[in-house]
Amino acid sequence: MSLDDWILAFHLLSAFALVAAMTVFWVVFVALRESGGADATVAGLMRVGAIAVGIGSLGTLVFGIWLAISLDAYQVWDGWVIAAIVLWAIAVATGKRSGDILGADPGAASEETKRRALLLHGIASVLVVLVLVDMIWKPGA
Amino acid sequence: MTLLAAIRPDSWNFPLFLHVLGATVLVGGLLSGAATLALAHGQERYLRLGYWSLLAIALPGYVLMRIGAEWIYSKEFGDSDEDPAWVGIGFMTADIGLLLLLIALIIGGIGVYRLRRGGGPGLLKGSMAISLVLLAAYVVAVWAMGAKPD
Repeated sequence: MSLDDWILAFHLLSAFALVAAMTVFWVVFVALRESGGADATVAGLMRVGAIAVGIGSLGTLVFGIWLAISLDAYQVWDGWVIAAIVLWAIAVATGKRSGDILGADPGAASEETKRRALLLHGIASVLVVLVLVDMIWKPGA
Repeated sequence: MTLLAAIRPDSWNFPLFLHVLGATVLVGGLLSGAATLALAHGQERYLRLGYWSLLAIALPGYVLMRIGAEWIYSKEFGDSDEDPAWVGIGFMTADIGLLLLLIALIIGGIGVYRLRRGGGPGLLKGSMAISLVLLAAYVVAVWAMGAKPD
């Protein structure tokens, strides 16, 4: 196995962590709707999601760019790589905004705030799927 | 291998997309289910939510992952007599993983049924433990799909 194979493996594992984090946050929204307020369980789930999103978002970017530099077949300035980085940045910013407006105590957030956070999380999730589409089809490569 | 992945035919893209999307949803469902069950502190609504994460997220993810896997396998290795090691790792974790996921869902389903009748969360803790084992196995499988060991 070459170093590039290992980088690809870590890039993939990071992508899985990112999607897993998005899924955990979907479950958090369901939990908030069911329970009405946040408690230790919701706070714990948000911590799990935050750790996974940290590993996933940083890992996909670092190992992805490393791979694009290392492989002769691709360049960092290829259109599909730039598209992936832009989509990634918007997804991360949107997801972070969703978490920020929920705040440290999501149970205290108003219904309107929860709806806005949910909408932003939905947008971030769609953007992550679009990154996956871009990674697989590699338009223009 | 990485170069081969770079020049894969366009007709492989959609099955590969289904496979990867399903696998990520499967892992997401397992993490959500295991985390919710672990952090439920005996509260029935969270124990149910953890179980439903396994049933409504991880199981459909598995089905999508497996359909995509068979489809891309038929395109990439349809005429081949011998599979590379990473394909074997993938199929092994998928097959054993399905068995374990079904066991987790069955005992978890019984656990949810017992909860409604005032029973304890013991069986759902079993589902959580199996989910954690599956997560570890799928980390190895994802590594194998990426690093493609010979």
